[in-house]
Amino acid sequence: MNDTYDIRGSELHIEVHKFRAGAIILATAFALVLQAFLPIYFPKASILDLPLLIVIYFGLSRRNPSTGLLLGMAIGILQDSLSGPTVPLGLYGIAKTIIGYLASSIGARLDTEHPAARFALTIAFFAVHQGIIALTRRLLLSQPEPWFTMHLGIAALVNAVVAVFLFMLLDRLRKPS
Amino acid sequence: MVGIPSRHRSIFLLGGVVLLQILLLAVQIKRDSQGRLIRVWTVGAVSPFERAGAHGVSHVRDTWNHYFALQHTSRENEDLRRENGALKLEITQLQSKAGEADRLAALLKFRQTNVDVPMISARVIGGSADSASQTIYLDRGERDGIRKNMGVITPDGVVGKVIESYKDTAQVLLLTDKDSGVGAMLVESRLQGPVGGTGEPLMVMKYIPNDDNVNSGERVVTSGMDRIFPRDLPVGTIAEIKAGSPFKQLRVKPAASLERLEEVFILLTMKPLELKQESAPSSAAPTAAPSAAATNPPSPEKP
Repeated sequence: MNDTYDIRGSELHIEVHKFRAGAIILATAFALVLQAFLPIYFPKASILDLPLLIVIYFGLSRRNPSTGLLLGMAIGILQDSLSGPTVPLGLYGIAKTIIGYLASSIGARLDTEHPAARFALTIAFFAVHQGIIALTRRLLLSQPEPWFTMHLGIAALVNAVVAVFLFMLLDRLRKPS
Repeated sequence: MVGIPSRHRSIFLLGGVVLLQILLLAVQIKRDSQGRLIRVWTVGAVSPFERAGAHGVSHVRDTWNHYFALQHTSRENEDLRRENGALKLEITQLQSKAGEADRLAALLKFRQTNVDVPMISARVIGGSADSASQTIYLDRGERDGIRKNMGVITPDGVVGKVIESYKDTAQVLLLTDKDSGVGAMLVESRLQGPVGGTGEPLMVMKYIPNDDNVNSGERVVTSGMDRIFPRDLPVGTIAEIKAGSPFKQLRVKPAASLERLEEVFILLTMKPLELKQESAPSSAAPTAAPSAAATNPPSPEKP
């Protein structure tokens, strides 16, 4: 069985990566646990959105929109479940479903292996994710969520920097080609 | 997924998953005033159809009730119309009786005020046969002591004088007849002059010099000089003033409602009398009938 296979559309040549058994589940669980526990000991760590980074990474790597959006939905709903009573089930689920779909769709068309591309895409996905969260809060929850703040801008940059290094670590979970 | 191209499957899947989660959110979200969001949405989606259905049912029911189910409406309408007519007639009769009671009360009061003046009440039973003469017929005659040239009055003022007396009836020449006249004077200036009829609703007062000042609306009363009517009975009010040569042309509006006479008093003597006038005589002012009303009703009074 090949570790990787190619998507050949016209002249495009992009690899679709496969991962070791249980890698996605373990990475997801680890991200959720860290997301829940890190802010207890390091309050500033709440600026990170590790589940989002996991969704982005596996979406870009797997390059299958269906599995990407389902993974995003699963991670998002799990994050909702861990977020307490103020976050209804589906808030992060919707946002991460869409991010999973977008990441998979973009990953199927672009080479996203370069750190600079990952940095830029993470900032973009973070912004879209926050936009969807704000839209959902405004429309469905009637909560005055701001579209953009300086804090969100810094969070996008921090998450993008963390993503560059985290994605390198996650690359090691891939099956060798 | 049958029928969906493979390249669009993920988009449909995305739409389905997002919709599912929105519904999940709606089930959880509870708005303070309207309940859970899913209920708000459901009600919002269903209520237009309910409203349209209710409107349609109401429209059909109205159409049925107003255009098809009218079997008994015509009969009911006829019955109601008949009942309405009967009620209108009853109201008219009651109003007439109430008016008659008011007039009789005013007459009784006037009679009691002038209890020492010999007079007899009479009911108007007919009018003039031709329009040229202003006369009425009363239900009193010679048998009741009525004689020619006796004065006829109401509590409002002078009516006229008896010109013929028959056995049980009498004919009265009203003040407005062109052959009628009464000795009169102006209340303020005390200027005297006869007031006579012209055959029209307004009378004329003669022989008031141009130099004398007369005001419109000034009251005219009897002077007693004609030896028919006592002094100071209301004759009318000055309605029009025109300069003439050498006398003013004064038009007088009768004090008594000569075109609506029903009950009157006939003065039974031609000697000068002094009538006690009420401060504001009015035929329409009903008064509580004293005990004398039972013993001294207006109609059957004898001299």
